[in-house]
Amino acid sequence: MVSFRRIYVDFKVFSIGYFRNKFGLFFGLIFPVVLILIFGAIFSGESGPINVYAQNQDTGAFDQNIGNEFLTALNESSTMRVITVDVSENFTDYLAAHSSSEGIIIPPNFTENYLLEQPVNITVYGSPASSTSGIISGTINGYANYFNLQRFNGIMIIGLNSATVNTSQTSYIDFLVPGLIGFAILTNPMFSLVNIAADYKKNKLFRQLSLTPLTKMEWLIAKVLFYIALSLAGFLLMVGVGVFAFGAHITLSLWLIPFLILGPTLFASLGMLVGTVAKNPETAGVIGNIVTFPMMFLSGTFFPMDFMPSYLQTIAHALPLFYVTEGLNNVMVYNNIPNALVDIAVLGIITLVIFVLAVKLFKWREN
Amino acid sequence: MFSIEVTDLKKSYSGLKAVDGISFKIKQGEVFGLLGPNGAGKTTTIEIMEGLRERDSGDVKILGLDPWKDGYEVHKRIGVIPQDFTFFEKTTPKEAIKYYASLFNVKVDADAILKEVLLDEMEKHVFESLSGGQKQKTGLALSLVNSPEILFLDEPTTGLDPNARRAIWEVIRGLKAKGKTIILTTHYLDEAQQLSDRVAIMDHGHIVAMGTIEEIIEQNGSGERLEIHGDKQLADYIQANTELQVTYDDMKGIITIPLKKKIDMLAALAAAEQSGMKWGEIQTRQDSLDDVFIKLVNDPFGEQIEEEAIEQQQNGNKKGRQ
Ligand SMILES: Nc1ncnc2c1ncn2[C@@H]1O[C@H](COP(=O)(O)OP(=O)(O)OP(=O)(O)O)[C@@H](O)[C@H]1O
Ligand SMILES: [Mg+2]
Repeated sequence: MVSFRRIYVDFKVFSIGYFRNKFGLFFGLIFPVVLILIFGAIFSGESGPINVYAQNQDTGAFDQNIGNEFLTALNESSTMRVITVDVSENFTDYLAAHSSSEGIIIPPNFTENYLLEQPVNITVYGSPASSTSGIISGTINGYANYFNLQRFNGIMIIGLNSATVNTSQTSYIDFLVPGLIGFAILTNPMFSLVNIAADYKKNKLFRQLSLTPLTKMEWLIAKVLFYIALSLAGFLLMVGVGVFAFGAHITLSLWLIPFLILGPTLFASLGMLVGTVAKNPETAGVIGNIVTFPMMFLSGTFFPMDFMPSYLQTIAHALPLFYVTEGLNNVMVYNNIPNALVDIAVLGIITLVIFVLAVKLFKWREN
Repeated sequence: MFSIEVTDLKKSYSGLKAVDGISFKIKQGEVFGLLGPNGAGKTTTIEIMEGLRERDSGDVKILGLDPWKDGYEVHKRIGVIPQDFTFFEKTTPKEAIKYYASLFNVKVDADAILKEVLLDEMEKHVFESLSGGQKQKTGLALSLVNSPEILFLDEPTTGLDPNARRAIWEVIRGLKAKGKTIILTTHYLDEAQQLSDRVAIMDHGHIVAMGTIEEIIEQNGSGERLEIHGDKQLADYIQANTELQVTYDDMKGIITIPLKKKIDMLAALAAAEQSGMKWGEIQTRQDSLDDVFIKLVNDPFGEQIEEEAIEQQQNGNKKGRQ
């Protein structure tokens, strides 16, 4: 019979001990927040307009210089900042010297041709692989069309209203918050229990506990509950920092709760299992890392899964953390509850199996 | 009524016979001392009785239960201090006592227990910051929480200062007075003598002697003897003029006369007086538990010397024949 009184008592003593250890506090709560601050600062800063080099070879005609007007218009757009390059420079050499592959050349006689309605081409340098080049040529194209229309006194019939749909707006920080929450849900219970299991075995603390009415299962449940509480606190802190410091767009819903319960349960049990099968604390640490690190990088923690080749995505589906991260993303970012339910189901089954294995395999007493 | 019955208990660790067929019974309320050199098998025996270790063969009954199979029941009714007691690093002795009390679902006065084991000053210090002896006392305090019927104390006073040792002796005597059965291992023979009703001396997994300390000394010791400081001539004189068996130690200048009856001493002294020779200090001696212990326990060092002697003898013989 599982006794909740004993679980509570063990939970209490463990928590007090945990918070007396400054290290535990740091890795449990402060480290995840620091992580989110660092990653958030790196990736969510407003990316400013793109610098584009331009050489205006146009000398003007009829007291006008359309080439200059065109560049000024581009410069006033929000997407790019135009840096003019003197006509005396060799433009391609100049671009290379400034480590840039994007540039514009306005040809000589541009004004004249424009006013006389002769076709004339602007040369746009860019690299096909780069997404900035696409943005630049798109913008220039837009302005070229605008200038063409103006020449014929045309009117703009189709304009653009900027608006956004929920899904199209996801930015890196939105994705990062669930990823790092998954990271904390994995690492805290996992590393702690690998350590505890190996250390208690070595120092014969399990043997000591076997002398009391506390059972193995009660002991493990107390640890699981502690790490659920810790993950919940970490979750609130991380969401808070993500939303208030970086303006992350996050949906909070009750559907997050299953992940915050199953995740720590799973990884505490897995840590216990690793610590149990290892012969000594050193091996336990090594096995723990072997299990943890691939999971950390392949489960969509720091970058979206779509970035990975498809065979790695297949492997990721075999990693338990994947279902935590994906589930959190489904709830918090995409608000896709049916998909989240699938994650909950898979996670529930894995958790049950690992928990039962951990309880069965770890021994209080020696033979 | 026996609290503990052990019959033909055996336990090996990958070939090494740590306990090799031992049997004993311990009555309720008895203090039983388990003595023996390092590696004799004391801790193995005690851990098997505590249900912390599985035995290879033999029968063990603790309060009528099998300690391995019914460990959960047995543990509620026994108290244990393991030889290398450790606890949660960041927990204070007082918290530890309360933790145990809640787990056992009993009400205890934590302060009183701490006072009893002289640990009240350290109640607020976490376990990892305690000294070795203070850790040991925490172990004793915890073993008392569930008011156990049997206490297993594996070297409870090793590393303690003399005051703390005495304090723990007092605790043990108090428990004995309450009728608890106590199994105690120790390397301090005076401690065994002070506390135990009976002792067993173990060596290489065997019990080499068991009984009250008096019985063991009587059975294995040399009995009472008279020692007279004097010279060889006096020894010869006494030998010649009495029925007594006299031995003489040249080096120390001591005449030794075993006393089969106390009255033998009178005959010896009368002869000495009659001789007119000078003699010094006289005393009667008896083998102490220490003497018997050393005699019974063939320590590897002693064995080695014996073997060397035999080898030398054989070498000598060979030489003689050549
Ligand atoms: N876990 C173990 N694995 C292998 N061998 C062991 C183990 N525990 C004890 N032994 C061996 O069994 C023998 C008996 O050990 P035990 O600890 O019972 O001795 P002891 O009488 O308690 O000694 P001490 O007085 O030093 O505490 C020793 O030779 C020891 O090396
Ligand atoms: Mg021992």
